[in-house]
Amino acid sequence: MTDQPISGVDLELVDVTKSYPGQERPAVDGLTLHVPAGEIVMFIGPSGCGKTTSLKMINRLIEPTSGTITIGGDDVRKQKVDELRRHIGYVIQGGSLFPHMTVAQNIALVPKLLKWDDKRVEARVDELLDLVNLDPGRYRDRYPRELSGGQQQRVGVARGLASDPPVVLMDEPFGAVDPITRSRLQDELMSIQSELRKTIVCVTHDIDEAVKLGDRICILQEGAQVAQYDTPEHVLAAPANRFVEDFVGAGSGLKQLTLTRVDDIELRSWPTASVGEPVAEVLARAGQAGESSVIVLDQRRRPRAWCWVRDLEGQDRVPPPAGDEVLGVDRRATLNDALDDMLSSSYGAAVVTGRRDEFLGVVDFASVTRHIQETAQQVEASAGSGPDGTERT
Amino acid sequence: MTDTAAQPAPTGRAARLRSSANREQLLLLAGIPVLVLVVLGGWVAWRLTADLDDIEARQLAWDAIGRLTWQHVRLTVVATVLVLLIAVPLGIMLTRRGFSRAAPLVVGVANIGQAAPAIGLVVLFAIWLGFDFWTAIVAFTLYGILPVLRNTIVGLQGVDATLVEAGRGMGMSAAEVLWRIELPLAVPVIMAGVRTALVLVVGVASFATFIDAGGLGALIQTGITLFRTSVLVSGGLLIALLALVVDWLGRVLETAVRPKGL
Ligand SMILES: Nc1ncnc2c1ncn2[C@@H]1O[C@H](COP(=O)(O)OP(=O)(O)OP(=O)(O)O)[C@@H](O)[C@H]1O
Ligand SMILES: [Mg+2]
Repeated sequence: MTDQPISGVDLELVDVTKSYPGQERPAVDGLTLHVPAGEIVMFIGPSGCGKTTSLKMINRLIEPTSGTITIGGDDVRKQKVDELRRHIGYVIQGGSLFPHMTVAQNIALVPKLLKWDDKRVEARVDELLDLVNLDPGRYRDRYPRELSGGQQQRVGVARGLASDPPVVLMDEPFGAVDPITRSRLQDELMSIQSELRKTIVCVTHDIDEAVKLGDRICILQEGAQVAQYDTPEHVLAAPANRFVEDFVGAGSGLKQLTLTRVDDIELRSWPTASVGEPVAEVLARAGQAGESSVIVLDQRRRPRAWCWVRDLEGQDRVPPPAGDEVLGVDRRATLNDALDDMLSSSYGAAVVTGRRDEFLGVVDFASVTRHIQETAQQVEASAGSGPDGTERT
Repeated sequence: MTDTAAQPAPTGRAARLRSSANREQLLLLAGIPVLVLVVLGGWVAWRLTADLDDIEARQLAWDAIGRLTWQHVRLTVVATVLVLLIAVPLGIMLTRRGFSRAAPLVVGVANIGQAAPAIGLVVLFAIWLGFDFWTAIVAFTLYGILPVLRNTIVGLQGVDATLVEAGRGMGMSAAEVLWRIELPLAVPVIMAGVRTALVLVVGVASFATFIDAGGLGALIQTGITLFRTSVLVSGGLLIALLALVVDWLGRVLETAVRPKGL
């Protein structure tokens, strides 16, 4: 990924089994898995196949019937359970924030359990809010019900990272938000991960999410049997068996859309307008570029709104946009996300933003379709000649 | 595409429901004291101007009324404090793993305690324990346990299990989760039970007079035995006013201890 130092550690499951009392077959049957330090592994599989059970055995919310789990070489059963959990991040669906605590109190819980001093805790809270793109001054003292679903989920992620744990467990972290928010949250997680490089195990139901986020995907069958454990590219290109093939779905050519990042195709420029800028200058710029709309940026150069040129005419200065949301997709987003974004806007292009949400450019429909065609041709070419390509449809 | 997720969570119906509940609560918080003051003022005015005979005048003497009221309040407060000390820990215990199976049994017993006629309970205990203040307290405490116990159990069971698991998963001990998550989230329900218990106990404390333990019930009893309707009605009225005041205090307490953010 990047050359940031890895803060994660190896995670190893060896022949881990969990039988619930009163059930014939174990929910997890002899799972063996090595997660290399600093990687994201996505668990995916049909409902009831044992994903959550496997995950919760790592932080001992569920005790394995047999087998060994080690984190950085240390057997999890050798440690005091509460102490162990304070050093493993845990993020669950919807954020599961405590409703009677403010955002800051929620995030500060684990650091306080670890007896950090107040100054350090306070600084950490702000740092984490920044990391998940929430303005600390604005959100620190809010209660969870005063946040949108996506914002709650962001705080959930911040809370999971609070004590800077080497291993983070996530159970369908973005399952409860709408598709566009979800892809934004995924983008954010990826850029956080490229900075922190934790060892992350993340359960998902969504193959696109698995392909997008995972360094590796672990496809599980009934009883947490590993059907395939490999990089997204390999899983898509060479499904290990029929089960994986069915699971990944047909049209792996289109699935390539989830493998290609917005970063990988060329961005176009687009006329922009700053809040408070004289409209005349903006109109001139738009006219020069031959566009009938502009993108409004705030002081931090974050794109905040599309604006038709005709709506600006007759005004003196560019008005501030309503709301506080930032537009667009992260540059790490997939082409799939970019297409989603384009389809839901009426401007035929998706705004692309960088790490701090700053405006980078746009991708338009034409460039995406061009890329799809090129990829399809490449795939066809390799299918015609490549020895392994013939098996694919 | 513009707003990816901007709206704050409480929108639409839920918010309207909450605000209408708030309005009702506010109305009661403001309305009850006014009602009590008006009625009490009316009674005082009557007492000052009415033409009372000897017995009435003695029964309704200011210091007598003050003493009875004080006895009544003391009975109520002591019994309620005992109720809290017993019912809340018991409720907590009955929602812990290992004991939860006993919960229906204990609630059943508490139910019987409350279903039994209060006067019967008081008199039975008096025959057993003697005619005094503490006997009355024992009887009223038993009588008031049920709502607090039931609400403690219901309130704790109502806490979202995923929140408890999130707490444990973050490394809080079972006790920390109980104190910092479960109890605060159950407080509104528990407090509603406490208010119910308070009002119940104020009511049944009227029977204390039958076992010589004092209270405003004495006015009713004398009113009946001496055929003084004015004394009887005064007693009933004062007990009703006291119940209203206690209910109001309960509401104030409920609002005050309700965690912010809920
Ligand atoms: N506490 C429990 N007691 C008994 N059986 C359980 C318990 N928890 C899970 N199971 C069973 O174990 C199996 C695996 O459950 P698990 O929750 O791990 O599935 P999952 O893969 O996370 O499913 P989903 O995708 O629906 O969340 C299921 O058959 C489930 O019924
Ligand atoms: Mg699950």
